[in-house]
Amino acid sequence: MKGFYVLLAVVFLAGGGWLVYSANHKSTAEPSSTAPVPAAAADGFRGFTLGSDAAPIEVTEYSDFECPWCAAFATVQMPVVREQLIATGKVRWRYREFPLSAHKYSHLAALAAQCAGEQARFWEMHDALFTRHQWAQTGKDPSDLFRRFAKDIGVDVDKYDACMRSQRYAGRIDASYQEGEARGVQGTPTFFVDGRRFQGNPTSDAFKALVDSLIAGRRKR
Amino acid sequence: MRRRQAIAVLALAGCFVALYLWLYKLGVMGELRCGTGGCETVQASPYAELFGLPVALYGVAGYAALFLVSLAALQPAAAARRRPDVALAVLASIGFAFTLYLTALELFVIHAFCRWCLGSAAIITAVWILALAGVRRNT
Repeated sequence: MKGFYVLLAVVFLAGGGWLVYSANHKSTAEPSSTAPVPAAAADGFRGFTLGSDAAPIEVTEYSDFECPWCAAFATVQMPVVREQLIATGKVRWRYREFPLSAHKYSHLAALAAQCAGEQARFWEMHDALFTRHQWAQTGKDPSDLFRRFAKDIGVDVDKYDACMRSQRYAGRIDASYQEGEARGVQGTPTFFVDGRRFQGNPTSDAFKALVDSLIAGRRKR
Repeated sequence: MRRRQAIAVLALAGCFVALYLWLYKLGVMGELRCGTGGCETVQASPYAELFGLPVALYGVAGYAALFLVSLAALQPAAAARRRPDVALAVLASIGFAFTLYLTALELFVIHAFCRWCLGSAAIITAVWILALAGVRRNT
């Protein structure tokens, strides 16, 4: 029996020690409360938006182009959200980059979307990256494929190439990521509806119910 | 008695694994020490939460329950009783079934493995086998 309690104490000390060590030796990519958090990129960019500036509700999405859940949301739920909430003027949708470090080509995809966005084709590239998502499963360098997407959606490829080579919008992406971290974003997709974190399963029905209730609540006031 | 002791030790170890994953979800741990990218992919997936609570929290609660019941089962008054073995087997079976479901999600839906989750799966499998053996022995 004595040996059992010794073993229990060893497990307790090892486990507790590991937790304390891990909490005190966080890796560099962790959220940090002391790190300077830019409110926006150096150029003041706050993300591409869909919908009317006069829409009463704003939804901010922190997303990662390589993330399968983001692709599922973009291809299954987002078309309904666009039809029911954005096209009707109820919601303005803001897309923020949150490329997870675990994903090899997320940052590259985010750059491609920003470079397409420079030529007013962000949402077209967003759709191409998510609907033709096979690139995220192959593990191969998708640079050429992204270039083809850019060409397909009508982007001037020479300007796109120059933009990608210079990584012109890397600062925007970093700022967006840091903004997400500061808001407690840990995974993707994460949504904020009028500044409040959206909890639960992100379906178009759930967003519609929430948005309608928020709008109805404002009308009563 | 040895089986109950082994269950207590394993449950305590499992509790720390689940606690680590839960504290990660709370943002206390920074990045997971995983070796592959699988842990973050799994933890960032919608399946890392159930009914609005992190899955790891259910793990902490389950292992804590197993640990407490096994400690109670080690008291001299409970040594010859069958009931603690049945309670341990029921708890371990629930944990094992839940782990099977989560591992199947990793394999077939998420297509990524979290080493910590696999470690927990190994622990609960061992606990389940020991708990079932305890019930059979006292039948």
